[in-house]
Amino acid sequence: MSSVAISKKTGFGATLWDYLTTVDHKKLGNMYFFAGLLFFAIAGFEALLIRIQLMVPNNDFVSAGLFNELLTMHGTTMLFLAATPLLFGFMNAIVPLQIGARDVAFPFLNSLGFWLFFLGALFLHLSFFMGGAPDAGWTSYASLSLYSPGHGIDFYVLGLQISGAGTLISGINFIVTIITMRAPGMTFMRMPLFTWTTLISSALILFAFPPLTVGLFFMLVDRMFGANFFDHTMGGNTIIWEHLFWIFGHPEVYILVLPAFGLFSEIIPVFARKRLFGYSSMVFATILIGFLGFMVWAHHMFTTGLGPTANAIFAVATMAIAVPTGMKVFNWILTIWGGSIKVTVPMIYALGFIPSFVAGGVTGVMQATAPLDYQLHDSYFIVAHFHYVIVGGIVTAIFGATHFYWPIMFNRVLNEKLGYIVFWVFFIGFHLTFFLQHFLGLMGMPRRVFTYQADQGWDLYNFISSIGAIMMGIGVILLVVNMLLSIKGKPVNQRDYWGDGRSLEWALVTPVPFYNFKQTPLIRGYDPYWIEKHEGNKEGMTYAEPLGDIHMPHGSILPLIMSIGMFIAAFGALYHPDGVSWSVPVIILGIGITVACMILRSFKDDLGYHVHKEEIIALEEELYGKGGNK
Amino acid sequence: MGHDTHVQEKSVAQYEFNRKKNAVEMRKQVVNFAIMILFTFIAFAVVVADFSPYFIKPVILLLAGVQVALQLYAFMHMGEKKAPFIGVINTFVWLGAVIAFTFFLCFLTIIWW
Ligand code: HEM
Ligand SMILES: [Cu+2]
Repeated sequence: MSSVAISKKTGFGATLWDYLTTVDHKKLGNMYFFAGLLFFAIAGFEALLIRIQLMVPNNDFVSAGLFNELLTMHGTTMLFLAATPLLFGFMNAIVPLQIGARDVAFPFLNSLGFWLFFLGALFLHLSFFMGGAPDAGWTSYASLSLYSPGHGIDFYVLGLQISGAGTLISGINFIVTIITMRAPGMTFMRMPLFTWTTLISSALILFAFPPLTVGLFFMLVDRMFGANFFDHTMGGNTIIWEHLFWIFGHPEVYILVLPAFGLFSEIIPVFARKRLFGYSSMVFATILIGFLGFMVWAHHMFTTGLGPTANAIFAVATMAIAVPTGMKVFNWILTIWGGSIKVTVPMIYALGFIPSFVAGGVTGVMQATAPLDYQLHDSYFIVAHFHYVIVGGIVTAIFGATHFYWPIMFNRVLNEKLGYIVFWVFFIGFHLTFFLQHFLGLMGMPRRVFTYQADQGWDLYNFISSIGAIMMGIGVILLVVNMLLSIKGKPVNQRDYWGDGRSLEWALVTPVPFYNFKQTPLIRGYDPYWIEKHEGNKEGMTYAEPLGDIHMPHGSILPLIMSIGMFIAAFGALYHPDGVSWSVPVIILGIGITVACMILRSFKDDLGYHVHKEEIIALEEELYGKGGNK
Repeated sequence: MGHDTHVQEKSVAQYEFNRKKNAVEMRKQVVNFAIMILFTFIAFAVVVADFSPYFIKPVILLLAGVQVALQLYAFMHMGEKKAPFIGVINTFVWLGAVIAFTFFLCFLTIIWW
């Protein structure tokens, strides 16, 4: 929508081709966003089925086996295929604008990352139609998953391997973009916090995904090619999977929550109409959380018998993370404190986020107390904890940012009234669903059970919890309705929709042209747009260069074909243990396609093209009328 | 490939110089790659050949050590002093090393023994 083809009506085929080959960070951002939304809806639907099953005792709405599949796919999809791409959507759409760049550092890789993620996700979901989904939980502990019959776990391993490669590629791309593509004057300590959190969370991706890759690879050869890394009867060790998984898994939760923190750190100052309190301590806290996130993985394994020394050290390390996290919470509160607050939909999400996330943090510290965790582990208390941080922290951030950035991403506005309704339905539903689960856990209800006996004092709480889940479902449907309604809405066609924007992205008039900035901006301080605004600069930014030709990258279909190659190879690997004759040829075919594309790419020099000055002037007039972007 | 990629005209001498330099670089990379494959092969071979564990273990550890050095210096350009953003790059590499070392230390001290 915010593309150059704004007024030229193009056919469906041409538009489709445009999206399949695009390397534009704004379009890829939209693609990440909608792909994430699709998987969010699927995983949400699975959650509803789970809650319907648990609504009353001794229910037989779904069978035990199907329940396990739904549970596993819900968790896996929500974390890897919904939350991650939704946040990547915002990173792609906003970060280059915030740092004054015309695209990311590696546009080709950006597209490759998206297609690998999407086809990996598609592969994982095909499991439902091809003999059963994975059923060993999103953690897929080896002692369980190695013995899972059918191909479910193989889908999990291969699907995550492919989409994980996409995530890793995108992470590296963001690191390089933020380090090398900042506009003149955009020093590290002038970067907006969403850019900072994107940088740190990408660094976490860089360091955390390799252990997952290794773990998945071991699992792959164990299951499909007869190795014994995790099989204790053959000299392997099943606990190694748990270590590898959590060395990845705990940083993963911070990979998701840090960008969410970043989004709120953008939203709150705008609507408190006050500079972010304690900017440098926010940056420091982000880095510290990222670093400590690697030192605490064993808090997920207190009950495996690591021994008192290890448990004590990991308990203390885990509690230490609460310190920088607390710093952030205080900074947000102090930003709001004394501000001239304007309550809008994004702001109300921020106001709902702070207490909800703090509640999740407090239960986290409780779980970090190793002796207490022997009681809490694998109970509904854990379920309540991580949903408070994930829904209360990440999902509220995504919904709030959807309202906040919709004008920039789509040049439309989401309806405010409906926005409030969604917020209240969703927020009340969320607390109904998960608050009582703390007590279910304390009363002994184990996590991941498909049903339970009546009259243990669990019936009412489970019933209320399911009602809450239905409310959350209604909220999400209404949010999608709101998005659909916005298509019919009036175009925004202005800069700074909220009127109090501070960072550079608000200096751009929407729709943003495909080259973002006709002239690279000069950054004169933190909150550059606010500075320019208050000095009466009508153009919203000072330029670092005269108007001239702009160098832009070409689109390419190769990323899609490369990803399809991996997708094909995955089917070969999947059916290899069945002893079919075609498995190895299919693996070779798939990898061959990918490698052929790589060779093609490295021999064909693509130097991009130049948009000439006259074309820029013409386009600006077309978008913004006479005089261009003034 | 963003706005700061400029297509520069090069003189013939510069072109020839770069060409030679790239060829040398390429040769180095291929040789190092071959060495790494060979090492991996040796590691497999000593296990398959069923040597005594007192031989296998030190050999594999030694080969692994050399591979780490090769990886860092040949493929990750740790030797280069003047690349753009070399400070940031070095920070990342050392951070990775610190994190990996902590895992190693954790396993050796508090988890397994
Ligand atoms: C102050 C912050 C936090 C602390 C102290 C903390 C602590 C813990 C502990 C000790 C556990 C393990 C409980 C057990 O299995 O016995 C746990 C589980 C979990 N936490 Fe947190 N946590 C914090 C923040 C977060 C955040 C920010 C997220 C996500 C964005 C998160 C997501 C999870 C998840 C998904 C699990 C469950 C993993 C599983 O077993 O499937 N936590 N947390
Ligand atoms: Cu954790």
